[in-house]
Amino acid sequence: MTIASAYARIRLKSPGKEALAHLSASNSKTVRVDYFALLKEQRGLASEKIQTESATVLELYEELQKQYGFSLKHSSVAVALNDEFADWSKTLSESDKVVFIPPVAGG
Amino acid sequence: MGELKFSISNTTIDLDALKCRVSTPEAGGFVAFEGWVRENNEGKEVTALEYEAYEELAVKEGQRILEEARQFDILKACCVHRTGPLKVGELAVVVMVSSAHRKEAFVACEFIINEIKKRVPIWKRETYADGTTSWVNCGHGQGQTHTRKDKHEPESEHEQCNGHVHQAEKHSDLTTAKSKGAKS
Repeated sequence: MTIASAYARIRLKSPGKEALAHLSASNSKTVRVDYFALLKEQRGLASEKIQTESATVLELYEELQKQYGFSLKHSSVAVALNDEFADWSKTLSESDKVVFIPPVAGG
Repeated sequence: MGELKFSISNTTIDLDALKCRVSTPEAGGFVAFEGWVRENNEGKEVTALEYEAYEELAVKEGQRILEEARQFDILKACCVHRTGPLKVGELAVVVMVSSAHRKEAFVACEFIINEIKKRVPIWKRETYADGTTSWVNCGHGQGQTHTRKDKHEPESEHEQCNGHVHQAEKHSDLTTAKSKGAKS
């Protein structure tokens, strides 16, 4: 391999890597997600840390729903961000705690 | 003013201790609601039941409901909701309210239990005689689809809150009311 072709390879590969690194720095965050009831059953665990590029809690639910086949539509689920009820449009920040709340049945 | 306390318990609820908590010399009326695990739900025989709570938020929301019940001019109120496995006949939830006169205590007690059922993040999973299980109101279980058939439930149980559709409850409702002395 010549020096020139080696540089060419680097040039070809690097834009993708840089773009990914940039994306990761700007959009990716690690959040904690806790699951209860039916969602816990369908996910198979009670809590996990997730690295995600989802901007909002709704995007995160849709991402996880696709991944784990949650049967509940987001319209029948509520969401809590850092132990307080939140709108689906709330944006996610690093280290947030997210809990998706299936239809409740207390009492 | 009055003392209000919502809590979650994974052990048997001590009713006498709770009653002491809402007792006050200013009160002439005391109303309690107890929710019990009923042996059937929507035509199916229930053999066991489990409650699960998102405790951090459940306690906050429960406490907010008790605060809202101040609008009825009550003196003290408390509510305890069970978590964990329960048997048929066991106490799942209790609401106790004291007020100067009985009317406020009755109204506030009903308000509190209705709001708790709609808003507090607590779930129940029923196990049936045929071995299947289902998360109530989640429209899904192991092959279960819920359709509401119980005619005894009041309409308020159908209300929506926080985007949830709330359809079913499964206890017998026992409301006990006592008036103390001639004041109420």
